[in-house]
Amino acid sequence: MKETPTGRPTPTPKPRRKTKKLRDQGRREFLRSAALLVGMVGASLAGLIPLIGRANARLRPPGALKDRLDEQEFLSACIKCGQCVQVCPVEAIKLADIDDGVGLGVPYIQARDQSCDFSCDGLQCVLACPTGALTHDIDYPAETRMGFARLARPGGCLAVRGLPLKGEARGPDHPALLRFESVDRWTPIRLAEHPFDLPLCDLCVRLCPIEIRITQCEAGTPPSGDPNQCPPLHAIRLEPKPDGLSATPVVLDGCVGCGVCEMVCPAEPAAIVVDIHRSADFQ
Amino acid sequence: MSYFVDSLRQLAGLKPVKPTPEQIPIPIQLIYKEKRKTPLTRDALQAVEAGHARSPNRHKWRNRRWITLIVVNLLFVVSYVLDVQLVEGALTASRVIGFHLADLNSALQVTLAYKHVVINLLIGTLTVVVLWILLGGRTFCSWVCPYHLVAEWAESLHLWLAKHGWAIDIQFHRTVRAVFYVIFALLALLTGYTVFETISPTGILSRALIYGPGLALLWILALLAVEVLLSRRAWCRYVCPIGITYGLVGVFSPLRVQYKMQSCHHEGDCRSVCLVPHVLDVTIRGRARGLATDIGADCTRCGLCVDICPTSSLSFTYKGLEKVL
Ligand code: SF4
Ligand code: SF4
Ligand code: SF4
Ligand code: SF4
Repeated sequence: MKETPTGRPTPTPKPRRKTKKLRDQGRREFLRSAALLVGMVGASLAGLIPLIGRANARLRPPGALKDRLDEQEFLSACIKCGQCVQVCPVEAIKLADIDDGVGLGVPYIQARDQSCDFSCDGLQCVLACPTGALTHDIDYPAETRMGFARLARPGGCLAVRGLPLKGEARGPDHPALLRFESVDRWTPIRLAEHPFDLPLCDLCVRLCPIEIRITQCEAGTPPSGDPNQCPPLHAIRLEPKPDGLSATPVVLDGCVGCGVCEMVCPAEPAAIVVDIHRSADFQ
Repeated sequence: MSYFVDSLRQLAGLKPVKPTPEQIPIPIQLIYKEKRKTPLTRDALQAVEAGHARSPNRHKWRNRRWITLIVVNLLFVVSYVLDVQLVEGALTASRVIGFHLADLNSALQVTLAYKHVVINLLIGTLTVVVLWILLGGRTFCSWVCPYHLVAEWAESLHLWLAKHGWAIDIQFHRTVRAVFYVIFALLALLTGYTVFETISPTGILSRALIYGPGLALLWILALLAVEVLLSRRAWCRYVCPIGITYGLVGVFSPLRVQYKMQSCHHEGDCRSVCLVPHVLDVTIRGRARGLATDIGADCTRCGLCVDICPTSSLSFTYKGLEKVL
């Protein structure tokens, strides 16, 4: 580029030679810029580190795009807006922090604290998602595939030990919300406000939203009055043991991995947990 | 050289082209000559500036902008906290009274990574393109982006520290931002993850405001520390691809800052406050090619230069509506 002293009409534009100083400056600026580039790209790539070795480490909201070991599609499709967070009536959905790397801002559910109980009926989070990261292909709770429940600590299970349940499932202070059809058709209440008195604990079966739907379907009152979703496959049942005094929770093909059983399980830590790497379709 | 080409060159980080004397029309040359014949004395210049500093309009656009920026971001917060469903989501994507909106850069990254476009995202993206064509493109940066506001405050701190010799201003080559743009796009395409979002302060801050603070704010603090101590406005000037995306939209926008050379004193106050001072190179004596020049699309339309110019040589203009307004 030719340079002329500014504004003054000069007859001969004098060719500029770069002095050593200028060249040095240019070189330093180039090196600095390269360092900035490497630094920032490095920082952003560090976001991939949390993916190593813990694929699928979090329970995702209903409809999250993923297959058995890989949720890459979900992570790339999610635009990290939190619209799913905003619509959930039980506030089950949280957004991940920077320790999740590229998963920063991506929704997850901490089932033990607050699971999805489909109290929105219509999969509101799926409807809210602008990018289809929560696939718009599912219409009913029974079609979701978040994971698969597993009796991880049979030794802790009250039913296995033949124990009754008296009082609040998770203690009087636990903030977990759950919708009880018998209390209020629309509004979830605190689990602590709903004490139990059961000769043998069967909370995971009793409160399983899929099992509740089956009961509703059988009673001729399908959820939201929509018979198309009736009846879903059974998700869990209690299998009595020969002694007649105790029983084992058995997870069945219809389990969607919503995590209600994990949330309500009175054992500490929970005897039943949701396995994120399995689902009704691939076990 | 046309406005478009100039704007694209700025966005790419190339040096502004100085006009040769032959490229400057005679009447303009005469004005420069006139100005040189009757130079403003230092005292006179200072008097003009002091008078302007006391003017009630001295922070007019800045104040309007800060209010807008805070209100827009608070709308998200309030709407979620009070559950009024006015504006749902965050700056990366939202729904405003039912209308989808998607941040252009986030939408681009998601599309490159996911390689699939959902209709809602497309609608949201197009709505936002139209919106920012009307509103100026990089106006997003200075009127909406929450990082811009904290970085602006950090900048005042930087300037104060630098005046006392406690901070330095390392400058980088401006093309590095365009290189970043390409690299982040490629990374999304190749890795299949929206890698840039991990370090995007715009998304992090927007979510922190709405959904509560987290560890990610440490990254924001680190960026601000660098900007305060080492390099003025480094993120927005040299890294942020969001700025380029909106800059490209801004190329087509009729909302611009306009420079009128006749009244200008060429003392350079505007360039000293600007986030992207290269767009104001036209205010240097001998650079303007016409009586009125539109400032290029890398301009964030923040209005700081409009506020500070003691001679009102810079003003907002809306192409095609000058007569109406
Ligand atoms: S399905 Fe409904 S209740 Fe469950 S997480 Fe989504 S919004 Fe919440
Ligand atoms: S609504 Fe969809 S895109 Fe937005 S955070 Fe939730 S899953 Fe991600
Ligand atoms: S068994 Fe547990 S995880 Fe499975 S559907 Fe029922 S409550 Fe949800
Ligand atoms: S350049 Fe980026 S970070 Fe800076 S104001 Fe614009 S969008 Fe925000």
